[in-house]
Amino acid sequence: MATQTITVNVNGEAKTAEVEDRLLLVHFIRDNHGLTGTHIGCDTTHCGACTVLLDETAVKSCTVFAVQANGRNVTTIEGMEGDALHPLQEGFMEEHGLQCGFCTPGMIMSSKHLLDKNLNPTEEEIRWGISGNLCRCTGYVNIVKAVQYASNKLQETSAD
Amino acid sequence: MSQCKTSPEVGGMGHSVKRKEDPRFIRGQGKYVDDVVRPGMVYMDIVRSPYAHAKIKSINTEKALAHPGVAAVITGETLKEYNLHMMPTLMSDTQMVLPIDKVCYQAQEVAAVVATDRYSAADGVELVEVEYEPLPVVVDPHKATDPDAPIIRDDKEGQDSNHIFHWEAGDKSGTDEIFQNADVTIKKDIYLPRIHVASIETCGCVSEFDSVTGQLTVWMTTQAPHAIRTVLALVAGHVGLQEDKIRIIAPDIGGGFGGKVPVYPGYVIAIAASVVTGLPIKWIEDRRENLQADSFARDYHMTCEIAADKDGTLNGLRIKTLADHGYADAAANPSKWPAGMFSICTGSYNFKNAFVEVDGVYTNKPPGGIAYRCSFRVTEAVHAIERMVDMVADELGMDAAEIRMNNFIPKDAFPYKSPMGWEYDSGDYHAALKLAMDKIGYDKLLKEQAEKREKGELMGIGISSFTEVVGAGPSKDFDILGIKMFDSSEIRIHPTGKVMARFGTKSQGQGHETTYAQIIAEELGIPHTDISVEEGDTDTAPYGLGTYASRSTPTAGAAAAMACRKIKDKAQKIAAHLLEAAEEDLEWEVGKFSVKGVPDKSVTIQDIAFAAYTNHPQGLEAGLEATHYYDPPNMTYPFGSYIAVVDIDSGTGEVKVRRFLAVDDCGNIINPMIVEGQIHGGLTMGLAPSLFEEISYDDEGNITGGSFMEYLVPTAVETPNWETDKTVTPSPHHPLGAKGVGESATVGAPPAIVNAVVDALSHLGVRHMEIPLTPEKVWRAIHKQDAA
Amino acid sequence: MIPGSFDYHAPTTVDEAIKLLGELGDDAKILAGGHSLIPMMKLRLAEPTHLVDINGISDLDYIKEENGYLCIGAMTRESALEVSELIAEKYPILKDTSEVIADPLVRNLASVGGNIAHGDPANDHPATMVALGAEVIAKGPGGMLTGGERTISIDDFFKGPLMTDLGQNEILTEIKIPTPNGKCGAAYKKLERKVGDYAIAGVAVALQFDGDSCTSAGIGLTNVGPTPIRASEAQDALEGTSVSDDDVNKAAELAAAAAQPVGDHRGSEEYKRAMVKTLAYRAIKTAKDRAEGGS
Repeated sequence: MATQTITVNVNGEAKTAEVEDRLLLVHFIRDNHGLTGTHIGCDTTHCGACTVLLDETAVKSCTVFAVQANGRNVTTIEGMEGDALHPLQEGFMEEHGLQCGFCTPGMIMSSKHLLDKNLNPTEEEIRWGISGNLCRCTGYVNIVKAVQYASNKLQETSAD
Repeated sequence: MSQCKTSPEVGGMGHSVKRKEDPRFIRGQGKYVDDVVRPGMVYMDIVRSPYAHAKIKSINTEKALAHPGVAAVITGETLKEYNLHMMPTLMSDTQMVLPIDKVCYQAQEVAAVVATDRYSAADGVELVEVEYEPLPVVVDPHKATDPDAPIIRDDKEGQDSNHIFHWEAGDKSGTDEIFQNADVTIKKDIYLPRIHVASIETCGCVSEFDSVTGQLTVWMTTQAPHAIRTVLALVAGHVGLQEDKIRIIAPDIGGGFGGKVPVYPGYVIAIAASVVTGLPIKWIEDRRENLQADSFARDYHMTCEIAADKDGTLNGLRIKTLADHGYADAAANPSKWPAGMFSICTGSYNFKNAFVEVDGVYTNKPPGGIAYRCSFRVTEAVHAIERMVDMVADELGMDAAEIRMNNFIPKDAFPYKSPMGWEYDSGDYHAALKLAMDKIGYDKLLKEQAEKREKGELMGIGISSFTEVVGAGPSKDFDILGIKMFDSSEIRIHPTGKVMARFGTKSQGQGHETTYAQIIAEELGIPHTDISVEEGDTDTAPYGLGTYASRSTPTAGAAAAMACRKIKDKAQKIAAHLLEAAEEDLEWEVGKFSVKGVPDKSVTIQDIAFAAYTNHPQGLEAGLEATHYYDPPNMTYPFGSYIAVVDIDSGTGEVKVRRFLAVDDCGNIINPMIVEGQIHGGLTMGLAPSLFEEISYDDEGNITGGSFMEYLVPTAVETPNWETDKTVTPSPHHPLGAKGVGESATVGAPPAIVNAVVDALSHLGVRHMEIPLTPEKVWRAIHKQDAA
Repeated sequence: MIPGSFDYHAPTTVDEAIKLLGELGDDAKILAGGHSLIPMMKLRLAEPTHLVDINGISDLDYIKEENGYLCIGAMTRESALEVSELIAEKYPILKDTSEVIADPLVRNLASVGGNIAHGDPANDHPATMVALGAEVIAKGPGGMLTGGERTISIDDFFKGPLMTDLGQNEILTEIKIPTPNGKCGAAYKKLERKVGDYAIAGVAVALQFDGDSCTSAGIGLTNVGPTPIRASEAQDALEGTSVSDDDVNKAAELAAAAAQPVGDHRGSEEYKRAMVKTLAYRAIKTAKDRAEGGS
């Protein structure tokens, strides 16, 4: 069983662990670190429930090995809030952008990256931007509204 | 809805209060089954059959057992020692937990590997060697009862064919007579293919057995925890499990839609393994296992006939259905209803008579049939009737809206007894359709369509005016494995006026923590923020049959209202004591009792709650709580009218849903925001099978659609911007005038979309199309190419 | 869901990677974006015992014009192509292509080089590269003269399904596309069942004009054969014409005839072939519009 010792900065905290070479990043996050907000919903890299930020880029953590994150930063849903909720988290609550909550962390992380690249996306751009994340409950309408809420709030804040 | 009785702070019915569930989910602090970690926990993974029908010649576990981390391999022979290798289904059929002699569907469980970690368990599965001898396969249900068809359930005594049941409803001879004398009759085969709920969270459990106390605790993805507990006690009582020592915990559930109602073999194997090994066992299926082995939906082959007068009056309906149940009848229907509520198929229309017959057959496919937000076969029924009504309109050159308006059950006919015996509680179908037509600009769309047709552009408008039947259900008609389908609410008010309420249902995203609090807020005037709602732990929740088939508001919601009214009765006694007045001299206004004519002389419900523990009247018990088990007197009948507008790319056959307007009526609404969210989700699960999703099998029983590569769940790009509106026709028998709503949109949407596509192509001679309406199917219909 | 065991290697230079591949032999696979390989490993359809991760090699991630070519480093992510102003302005066909590959999350990691080197005829870039007449640079163990580097024409690159001209210990390092000169336009049209799916069919078209006359045409077809297909007869049928509607129709027919589709769950052979025709028509039209200054 081939293993490596890796150090990954997860939500601002550097953690060192010995892991199997084949350990998927999503399992590293969930099982090694107990951060269970990142979810697993498929086995063919479709659903996006496992989305995290790897050095500010949204990736499907089920399709990255933990060893690839050695020396890098990972941000999960648990790392989204600072002293207050992130506007995306607020937006999902305000706009009823979630029901069962299982796809929600992945949606929020994808949306974070989307807004980082484009602070004022159109509805179409939002739908394309979250097309790597599947939801079975909401029908996406309120998720779009949640992202728009966050976009407006972030624009207000950056204007201040 | 403008007439909320309570203030936004109290947040009773009609307020779109923000959900109490959300804070934990948006922080990643939800607790789903795979988040449960127990000391000493080990992992289980399952070896599955590549064959649809095969004898098991041998299972060699040597290599697997030798792999580091693997602790045990469980086979059918292991379970047979405890007589746990077979189990009942919810329809009183039997199914294998693990096979002894043969497998009956591809991906069937064959053995289970227990290991110290997930990765070793997966490696162990690869190392179990199973020798199979393939047997002839039954895939086509039409051939299942051929004389030479292999008998799939030869394990069942007396089972000499693949026929499971024959069920009928309605008046055969009366309906036949109508058909004989009809001006117009149309006959059409309509097939709804197999689909799968594919909730983003798959199924799984963590099972922990304490051999000292005999306590079994199972965290499980289940929509019906109490039913599971009772079934386990009955099935495994002989190995020492007893119901007072079984605790089922349904934590946060990542979507259910009916797929988390059945008892899957994986659960039973994990439970057996945890009892035998004494270790907590976690089993979480992966997506392919979920799609390939868990309960499917639909797979109904319907031969539909409709009889009408030449002026479009609908008189008779006849449907003969062949139901493909897979290798076991594991549909989660109420026991007397092997075809669910299929006989609701006369729909929103005033038919004179109707008759349906359904034959269920076994095939070499996974068992199931009731899932995917279908409301116990109502999706199938509504699809049939809405398509047939459109076909009559087409035949007679009538407008699709006009034929519906002419045949709707009129508002003053409710309560309405259908020819099938359903007593519809209330409805105003004309108003819903009119609202939909006005809002979408129906006449303008017809003009646009005519103009586009001149230019060779394909545009279609489709209507679906459905009636749903939900809220199972009255005890005289409904039970699951004999357990009646009441539901329950237990409400306790603490001295400081805060409330703990527990229910026998189990939300998987429907927002019960919020909506049930709102019901209590409505009834008692206590702010919804002071009310905590719990579900899903069988140790604490009152007995209930769970959440599916849109039953929660009709049953448990009603139970909450009734429990509140019991509390209010007692509160009145305490108030009378506090106010030194007679009970009959008191009047109730949201949240307080006051003396009639002396409004200043009042006590709030919070005052009363405190007094219930500190100053209760002599002769009255202390405390302020009540439990109610609600046996609904009838089902509820939500309804709606949907209009879909589609544009078709004639070069590729791609269908784009340009607009979709859903007008729903679910009676009095608890939380409009949540109801709208349910509609959005339901519409998307109506769009999905209409255009994208299908599970099919080749002649060898190999599945297509067994992963998200082929099973096409729509993304935000494929999904249109749903438009919604409502009418409100309260249920006369429900204590809150409310009806269920969670499944309406999944039921009503597909025929609207199909009707729209057929409408777009009707000038080319197209009269019917089968879902999913893939681009190729549509392209072929346009270019009149026969199917490949 | 769980891949088999392997040994992980993370070289920091191309030479180191090549050396490793040479030492490890056939049991080693390159890990680039990983979004073709890792899903296969999770299904245990691929079980390499060694992975050579080339993500840590710097200087393989660039988009630049040099000496008459657009040079794309093999580890350039698809998402970078989507947002590049240079690509949008001068090579919009590459944006057409990258933005329909899988979904936005996959594109954040998927590499342009990987999309080509994987040799999957269902991937989208191969047909586009065929239409553009691209070349790829492959680096292998050092030779005295070549320094281990060779240039492979795209027409010589794809050998069969998942088979390319790359040797076991060669790495694709760069893709070179001739910079457009004068009046020209290119476009890629893909038909997919939903976002994230492989193509039912895809057609890439690149047209060069001299005045109103088309002097050369490149047409590549996605997922309708064992490799991306160059629709040579369709190309010939456009050359020397003004790409009128009739010309376009004729070329689209020929493109369809060049396809070798196999019926599967994405569509029957007949439908796929018909879609090649439809998409070819549309791609040629768009390419011509772009050449004429439209978008």
